[in-house]
Amino acid sequence: MRDPKWLKWVRIIGLGLLGLFTVTPIYVMITSSIKPLKDVQGDFHWIPTTITFSAFRDMWSTVPLAHYFVNSAIVSSIASVVSVVVAIFAAYAVSRFRFAGRRAFSITVLSTQMFPGILFLLPLFLIYVNLGTAIGVDLYASRTGLIITYLTFSLPFSIWMLVGYFDSIPVALDEAAKVDGSGPVGALIRVVIPAATPGIIAVLIYAFMSAWGEVLFASVMTDESSRTLAVGLQGYATQNNVYWNQIMAASLVVSIPVVAGFLLLQRYLVQGLTAGAVK
Amino acid sequence: MVVSATSRPGGGRGSGDPGGPPPPAGGGRGRVTPRLWVRLRRLGLPYLLILPALVLELLVHLIPMVIGIGMSFIKLTQLYIRNWSAAPSAGWSNYHLAVDFNAPVGRALLHSFFVTILFTVITVALSWFFGVAGAVLMQGEFRGRGVLRALFLVPYALPVYAGVITWSFLLQRESGLVNHVLVDQLHLFGDKPFWLIGSNSFISIIVVSLWRWWPFAFLVLMAGLQNIPRDLYEASAIDGAGWMRQLRSVTLPMLRPVNQVLVLVLFLWTFNDFNTPYVLFGKTAPQEADLISIHIYQSSFVTWNFGTGSAMSVLLLLFLLLVTAVYLVITSRRRSDA
Repeated sequence: MRDPKWLKWVRIIGLGLLGLFTVTPIYVMITSSIKPLKDVQGDFHWIPTTITFSAFRDMWSTVPLAHYFVNSAIVSSIASVVSVVVAIFAAYAVSRFRFAGRRAFSITVLSTQMFPGILFLLPLFLIYVNLGTAIGVDLYASRTGLIITYLTFSLPFSIWMLVGYFDSIPVALDEAAKVDGSGPVGALIRVVIPAATPGIIAVLIYAFMSAWGEVLFASVMTDESSRTLAVGLQGYATQNNVYWNQIMAASLVVSIPVVAGFLLLQRYLVQGLTAGAVK
Repeated sequence: MVVSATSRPGGGRGSGDPGGPPPPAGGGRGRVTPRLWVRLRRLGLPYLLILPALVLELLVHLIPMVIGIGMSFIKLTQLYIRNWSAAPSAGWSNYHLAVDFNAPVGRALLHSFFVTILFTVITVALSWFFGVAGAVLMQGEFRGRGVLRALFLVPYALPVYAGVITWSFLLQRESGLVNHVLVDQLHLFGDKPFWLIGSNSFISIIVVSLWRWWPFAFLVLMAGLQNIPRDLYEASAIDGAGWMRQLRSVTLPMLRPVNQVLVLVLFLWTFNDFNTPYVLFGKTAPQEADLISIHIYQSSFVTWNFGTGSAMSVLLLLFLLLVTAVYLVITSRRRSDA
């Protein structure tokens, strides 16, 4: 494709504006986290006049941030790993077997994507409370309950994407493994999973991110001991004071793991989408 | 492996592990075990594989949804929240209340519904446009391309509360960047406007949602562009097509299947989005930006009227089902015509 000259300018201006729009809040997040409290409460300044790292120190004691951090890490890791394992099995079944109910299953799973979360929030809350008293497993206000909830959130997208990905892997590879004496599950583990690694990593990132960032269920389904970052960060706005510098510092710190992970692995997400979902 | 084997103890043996049933056979498995058993296992295996996903979907989505529909037919107020099976039947009265547009509850719901539609249409259209612009302009090789691509994806990677809370700081009346730029530096307004209450809040929620969602459109469209065969461009270049012509005749038509899914997903996510308005405005959104998910949340949890809240959710679901069905029918027909 020969690029005309004007395209260069359109590119610079277009990408420049998009970049500005994208980066401004991030810039403010970073610079405000190193300002003292009085500088974030008064008039806004682009360049920090006084630089202090006190917000990064104080944020741990204003709210029990470390505790929320651990909760979020446990919930998101377990939920995403289990969700991906479950999605791999389901996607393999949909991709490789023609069984009665296959279409119904795919449609049901995908259609849960369109449910407004608010529709099943309260019923789920009631189920967890009652299940807890019935079988003695505390699901409400526990990390287990949150893990179970979150792992279903990413399931539809994960299954959908992995089906596309598995479909792009030649069935001949499975057959070769079966000739070597593997059953269908052996073929899945020995052939399909290794060939689909980029897709699986992509799905894993997606699942982790969606669990790490969820707010609605976290705000209803947790108590002080199981609270995650999504709700915990609201603790910086008290009746008397809003610690904006600490909010920005905390936002920055809780974002680093997911953003770093995402950026490191984003090429897998693009590869996964290219091979699977958008085909 | 472990998950599927333990989730159904009886059938666990049939999961096809190497070394499963009694004679751990290699190639001659069909000879050693009865044929019927093999066939049963073949038939059962896909069901066993989808079982964990099915159980989880049932537990977290489908059963609660059915219960939610049931709840919309009872008078579930805070009196009955501990013992909700004792709540009296309400018949259709929750629905009557929700769609009685002459009464305050119905009128507020209708208002919220239209606000949400307008918000969703604008946000999805702009997100798609930004996504296409970004993805198309990123085509080809130039310096800093990788860095820029990573940068564009950051808002999508940021946890919603971290990104949106930063926006709420930017939009503060006294100490925010937006008013600093618009009023102090550009002198566009005489007095500092409010952005998080009043009519401007509608603009704010669109800008923040756009900031959050366009990188997703960008990501998907970029992947879609990679799937367009190179020779299409070469062939059209030989025919003398310029850049604009290629964009119109090759790039955009080839992206149509991607767009079909992308626009639907963006629509559903934006329409149902609770996190963005909740973090930006808190538990009660301003009138002008009273998005439906926040509205229902407030009708349920703030006024403790879960029956009406459930009825509203059910109506919302019916609406979304209708939109999705119509959308899929229209777009699929167009696709098969093309």
